Amino acid sequence: MNSERKKKPRVAVFKFASCDGCQLSLLDAEDELLAVAGAVEIAYFPEASRAMLKGPYDIALVEGSITTHQDAERIQQVRRQAKTLVTIGACATAGGIQALRNWKDVTEFIRVVYPSPQFISTLKLSTPIAEHVPVDFELRGCPINHYQLIELIAATLAGRKPNIPAYSVCLECKRQGNVCVPVAHGTPCLGPVTQAGCGAICPAYDRGCYGCYGPMESPNTASLTSQFRILGQSDQEISRAFRSFNAWAWQFRKASEECERA
Amino acid sequence: MSGRTRTIRVETLARVEGEGALTIKLHGDRVTDVKLRIFEPPRFFEAFLKGRHYSEAADITARICGICPIAYQMSALHAMERALGIRIDPAVRLLRRLFYCGEWIESHALHVYMLHAPDFLGYPDAIQMARDHRAVVEQGLRLKKIGNRIVRLLGGREIHPVSAAVGGFYKTPAKSVLRELEEDLQWATEASLATVKLVAGFEFPDFEQDYEFVALAHPEEYPFNEGRLVSSRGLNIDAAEYEDHFVEQHVKHSHALHSVVRGRGSYLVGPLARFNLNFDRLPALAREAAHTAGLAPPVKNPFRSIVVRAVELVFACVEALRVVREYEPPAAPRATAAPRSGVGQAITEAPRGILYHRYALDENGLILTAKIVPPTSQNQKRIEDDLREFAAQVAAWPLEEATWKCEQAIRNYDPCISCATHFLRVNVERE
Repeated sequence: MNSERKKKPRVAVFKFASCDGCQLSLLDAEDELLAVAGAVEIAYFPEASRAMLKGPYDIALVEGSITTHQDAERIQQVRRQAKTLVTIGACATAGGIQALRNWKDVTEFIRVVYPSPQFISTLKLSTPIAEHVPVDFELRGCPINHYQLIELIAATLAGRKPNIPAYSVCLECKRQGNVCVPVAHGTPCLGPVTQAGCGAICPAYDRGCYGCYGPMESPNTASLTSQFRILGQSDQEISRAFRSFNAWAWQFRKASEECERA
Repeated sequence: MSGRTRTIRVETLARVEGEGALTIKLHGDRVTDVKLRIFEPPRFFEAFLKGRHYSEAADITARICGICPIAYQMSALHAMERALGIRIDPAVRLLRRLFYCGEWIESHALHVYMLHAPDFLGYPDAIQMARDHRAVVEQGLRLKKIGNRIVRLLGGREIHPVSAAVGGFYKTPAKSVLRELEEDLQWATEASLATVKLVAGFEFPDFEQDYEFVALAHPEEYPFNEGRLVSSRGLNIDAAEYEDHFVEQHVKHSHALHSVVRGRGSYLVGPLARFNLNFDRLPALAREAAHTAGLAPPVKNPFRSIVVRAVELVFACVEALRVVREYEPPAAPRATAAPRSGVGQAITEAPRGILYHRYALDENGLILTAKIVPPTSQNQKRIEDDLREFAAQVAAWPLEEATWKCEQAIRNYDPCISCATHFLRVNVERE
C-alpha cells in the first residue's frame, strides 16, 4: 500500500446571477458538512471561505444564470478549469426567474429599477449555463435539494451515475400518500409535468405544485393546459403558471407561448 | 508622516452572501477613497413583477435571497394584505412570528459561527476553524439546524418555503406538531446563551461611530412584522410614509442603490439598531445575557454586532418557545378577500434589518408597480462611511492584515449582496 495520503478531490463553487440559495444548501447540510469537508478539498467557495485557491478543480458547482458580458466570459474560464461541471439549481439550469426579462425589452427593465440606466451593462437574455459551455450534470430545483447535492458529489467521486430520478412530482405524491390537489380540490397543479426531487411539498401543504424543479423527462404540457382550462383557468393564468422559476426551459417556454397566442 | 500612497483591494469579498469588491485608497494614513463595488448582476425583480398576480409576489420575491426568503415573503404578504384590506387571525400572526424566529436563528447562527467568528479567531473559514474548535462549530451547526427545522416544519423546506399565503398560510400545523420543537428549543436557548458568552470574549477594535439607528418598534414586543419605523434621531413613521423620508441614490460603482435619510445621509439597520431601539422589549433572559456580556444600549461599536446577534439568538429561541407553547390553530388557515385596486406598503425586520415593499394593484389583483428596498442597500452607504473612518486606523498596518480587518468591518453588517442588487468585491489601494 502506498503510505502517501491520497490527494483529495478539489471542489469549487461559482456564482452567477442567483439568490445564493443553492450554494447555501451545501452549508444547510449541517449533519454532512464536516464529513464532506473531510472527503474533499473545498478549494474555492467564497461564500464560506476567504481562502480562494486556483484551479484546476475536479468538480465545479455552478449556481446562477448568465446575464452579463463579463459572466459570459467568466463561465468559459470556469469550464477550462473544471474536470466535471455541475449546474446547481433553476437559474444555472434554466435561466431562473430573471429569465422573465427574455420576453421583455431589458432596457425598459433597467429604467424601471435604476435611476441612472447608463451605469448598467447587461445582456438581453438570461440564459442557462448549458447554452454557453458543455455541462456534465444539471441538478434541478429552486432551490436544489441538499440530499441530491450530496448524492451527486458522492456519485461523481465514485465515478458512478447519480441516483436522481427524472420522473414527475406525481410519483412523489403517491409515495407519500398526499391527496391529489387538482382531483380532490380543483387546484391547478404543475406536478404532472414537473420533475420530482422536492418531496412533493406543495401538495403536502395543500397547494398546487408551482414547477420549481422544471420539466420532467417527457412532460405533456398540452394535456395539462387543457386540464387547467377545465379547472377554469384563463390563458393568461396558465401562461403565468408555466412562466416562473423555470420559464426559459424549452418545454415550459413553449407551453406558455402557446397560451399567449391562444 | 510619509505621503506614501497604497491601495487595499479585495477582488472577491468572502463570507458574504453574493458578490462584491472593495477598494480603499490611502495616502499616508489618510483615506482618499472608499468604494464598495457591488457587481452582482442585476436581476430586475421590480420590473418583472409587473403584471403578476398578488398571490405570486411572496414566492417570486423570496427568490431575491436564499438566506432570508421568509423576510421577503413576510414583507410581500403584509403589503398585499394592506392593499387588499385583509386582517389576519391572531393565531396566524403568532405562527408568522415563529416562522421569522426560525429564519433569524438559521441566519444569525450561520453568520455568527460560519461567516464572522473565523475573523475573530483568525481562520479563513469555519471548516478550518473546526480543526481546532470542533465543538464550537458543531454547536453553531446544530443551532442553525434547529432554525431550519422550524422553517421546514412550517414551510416544507429551509430555502424558499412554500406555505406562506396572503391572509395566512396554505396549511397551518396541528398543536402537537409544534410541541415537538420544544426540546430542541430548550437546547437552543442554552446554546444561544453559551454563544453570547463565547463571542463576548472576542477582541474588538476600539471603534465607535455616531449612527442614526433605524428599526421597527412595537409597544409590547421585539419587532418582526409590525410596528412603527423609528430612529435614534427622532423619526417615527408608518410604513406608508417610508418613501417620504428615505431616498435611493444610484452610484456608478455599484449595482445596488444607496439609500439615505432625506436631508441627513447614511443610517444603520439590523441587529444593532433593533437592540438599541427596543432593548426594554427583549425578554429578561436576553437582557441579562446582554448585561453579563457588558452590552448596554446604545451599542455604537459595529464590531460588537456579533454579540448583539447572539443576544438576538437568545430572544428568537425564547420567543419561539413561547409560541410553541401558546399556539392554538386558527379557525381557517387564511383569510381571503376579493381583489381590488389599491396600494400597500409593509416593513418587516429581516435578520439584516428592515425590508420595505410597496405594491400597487389593479382591480383584478394584478401588480401595476412594485418597489423593494432591501436591508443591505440601506446599510451600503453606512458601510462605506465606517470604512472611511476605520481604514485610517489600520492604514499603518501591513497590507494583508489591514485588508482582512477591513473585510471584517464589512462583515459586521452581514451584508447580503444578492439582496442588494437584487454583489461584493473588496479592493484596498495604498498609493
